Amino acid sequence: MVNVIDLPEEEYIYPGTRACAGCAMALIYRIALKALGSNTIITVPASCLTVLHGMQGFCTTKISVYHTPFATTGASASGILAALEDKGLADEINVLAFAGDGGTTDIGVQALSGAVERGTNFIYACYDNEAYMNTGVQRSGSTPLGVQTTTTPEGKLVHKKNMPRILEAHGIPYVATANAAYPLDLYEKFKKAKEIKGSKYIHILSPCPPGWGYDPKYTMLIGRLANETGFWPLYEVIDGTFKLSNSSKRYLDSSKRKPITEYLKAQKRFNSIDKKTIEAYEKYIENAWIDIKSRLEKQ
Amino acid sequence: MILTGNHAAAHAFRQARVGVVSAYPITPQSPVVEKIAEFIAEGKLKARFVKVESEHSAMAVLCAASATGSRVGTATSAHGLELMYEMLPWASGNRLPIVLNLATRSLGAPWSVWTDHQDFITIRDVGWIQLFCENNQEIYDTNIQAFKIAEDPRVLLPVACAFDGYVLSHTAMPVKLEKQDMIDDFIPPLKHHINLSDISTVKGIDPVTTPQVVKRNEGVAPGYYEYRYSLQKALENSIDIIKEVHDDFARKFGRSYGNGIYKEIQTDDADTIIFGMGSVASQSRVAIEKLRIEGLKVGLVSLKLFRPYPAEELREFFKDKKNIIVFDRDIGYGYEGTLSYELKAALYGLKNRPNIKGFIVGLGGRDVKTEHIINGVHKALDEFEKDIYTNKTDFLGLNLEELEDYDEESYFKGG
Amino acid sequence: MKLDEQMTNSKKKYQKILGSVQKPVIGEAGQTGTWSPKKPVIDLTKCIPVKSGKPSCFNCWLYCPEAVVSRTIPPQIDFKYCKGCGICMEECPVKAIRMEEVKEE
Repeated sequence: MVNVIDLPEEEYIYPGTRACAGCAMALIYRIALKALGSNTIITVPASCLTVLHGMQGFCTTKISVYHTPFATTGASASGILAALEDKGLADEINVLAFAGDGGTTDIGVQALSGAVERGTNFIYACYDNEAYMNTGVQRSGSTPLGVQTTTTPEGKLVHKKNMPRILEAHGIPYVATANAAYPLDLYEKFKKAKEIKGSKYIHILSPCPPGWGYDPKYTMLIGRLANETGFWPLYEVIDGTFKLSNSSKRYLDSSKRKPITEYLKAQKRFNSIDKKTIEAYEKYIENAWIDIKSRLEKQ
Repeated sequence: MILTGNHAAAHAFRQARVGVVSAYPITPQSPVVEKIAEFIAEGKLKARFVKVESEHSAMAVLCAASATGSRVGTATSAHGLELMYEMLPWASGNRLPIVLNLATRSLGAPWSVWTDHQDFITIRDVGWIQLFCENNQEIYDTNIQAFKIAEDPRVLLPVACAFDGYVLSHTAMPVKLEKQDMIDDFIPPLKHHINLSDISTVKGIDPVTTPQVVKRNEGVAPGYYEYRYSLQKALENSIDIIKEVHDDFARKFGRSYGNGIYKEIQTDDADTIIFGMGSVASQSRVAIEKLRIEGLKVGLVSLKLFRPYPAEELREFFKDKKNIIVFDRDIGYGYEGTLSYELKAALYGLKNRPNIKGFIVGLGGRDVKTEHIINGVHKALDEFEKDIYTNKTDFLGLNLEELEDYDEESYFKGG
Repeated sequence: MKLDEQMTNSKKKYQKILGSVQKPVIGEAGQTGTWSPKKPVIDLTKCIPVKSGKPSCFNCWLYCPEAVVSRTIPPQIDFKYCKGCGICMEECPVKAIRMEEVKEE
């Protein structure tokens, strides 16, 4: 496991951005850019990240960014890569696509699926704040069960779309889940992805203070709870081989997992949750770990 | 070589040394991209062909690839173009020199694979340069010119080259392909103004742009309004460069198409002019011969440049003409054929306005027959004489009389 | 006027404006330090790298979403841009950070 001293000190994002206080996405982006370095071109669809980059004339990053319409992140990254290959620069410059959950699991699915099916050599990072936060907290395909959003005031009726599993089914060389609350693990995953040729997908849980309903100082605590309750296990799938990340290994033992209610009760967005939904969550987590265990045993 | 329209476009892409192509198959354009894939596989074209999963992604790939600094192009038709529609203002707003070939095809519903110009006119307000071609040699020539026009630093706009689906796209005609070194001489290598691949300068492209001009210590930034002003002025001024490139091409390769804006056939002694585009104009060439035998002095203007609309040039041309009969293979639903009402608007400023009447022909691939055009001219001249004026559309070539007993009531019963 | 001259004159007005493009600046959203009167204050008697004199811990630097904490001994926080989220306070393993209202000087 990499040490905090090993991370490069250089920052690629200038302070004073429009991100909310305590925004996990800002931290995720900061760590990811440290892993990739300045020889990178980033493409960003409509999202909170668009706003973080700043308004006309003045941006906040020391790396070039190409903003693109909502549905096109995967295609946009393919285009940047194609032009770099045409110019013979593809080996020197990383292509990074950085989208939110809406732009990945919903409107951006087609372009992403197409891009990875073509084996496009790029890293696609999805920061998942589990709703359309930039437009005011509407539900997305990545919103978990029971969550109150402006379009699901009674609570979302279905579970979260398992996007990492969908990407695994495309047979790409690297799929990983990550968490803003585990920045060193996140850094390592981006560094690993940078060295692999082919499509790489990293899905990062990004707690959102205004959208999830908690005090901004608890962003990392909430993120950790997601792992500690077994709700968001950290893992990698490298060329089809499943590997549980170190920070999630102890939760193979169900007795070590914290009760899911601890995670749910800490966020106002789960206020309308009832007993049935909590049971659904417990079943969901149990099934997820049965699946993880069986995958580890098969290898 | 004897080439179909589609293949003529593909050869133009090859010789223009396009760097990134991204396309999705759609009737009747698919042979363009098949041929390009063949060229790449044979090593005749060094390009990256991104085989995208939809037209929307195709244009997204091209916008990103162009912004990164490559010469790009694609081809599509009808619904493919409509699916790309979201990205078209993105391309013009970014001032990306993308070349799009449009094998025109009518829009559903209901499904139709045959030609009309409806898809071409739907993109008239997004800020692209739009050109129409009447034969396969013109397709090849216009494509070569399109790259030069698009990449001119005084222009920097995307260009759509259209030609009739099936009528040209699948019909073989003789096309002279020029020598590669002469084409290289004509189209210099791309010097892209954005060029993201040069990472030594950090650029953020297309951020959220407010209505206001923004001032801070580090500098000043234009507002959205200024960017759109710049786009419109570029379009207006590009007419001169389109003419310039057309004339340069004529000097170098010996082929010209009118003045690059429109072609005029037998108009010197004519006071009645037929106005059309593409296949309609081609058919009219035959019609005016027949009308002249009848004794009517009729000429033809075949419009090549649709956007930016050459209002001044057309006003200058038509100022002494008496009658104009417009044949539209498209229709601005709820109003009239677009060529008809746009021409009327352009000639509004003339002191002595010519009589103008528009007809709708050939939608959905209905054959545009010489007799339809001749009938249209007669009817129009008759109405002009009787001082009848109407905006209501006149469709030529309908077969309503064969549908006397047809009734869809049994299908659409409702419930 | 010749075409080239026409182009030069209009070029002055509109051709210098091509497409919405940005260059990097610090504080794009202004002085985001004004978002919260509370700022993190580090108790240097508790801070691990200060006590050991060696690069260590640096959780405050690692977890700051705004990158306003420096990875120095002692860590220094840029109050001009610190939004006062309090993550550094929560993540400090020895509770060396308090969020306090810092008066403007």
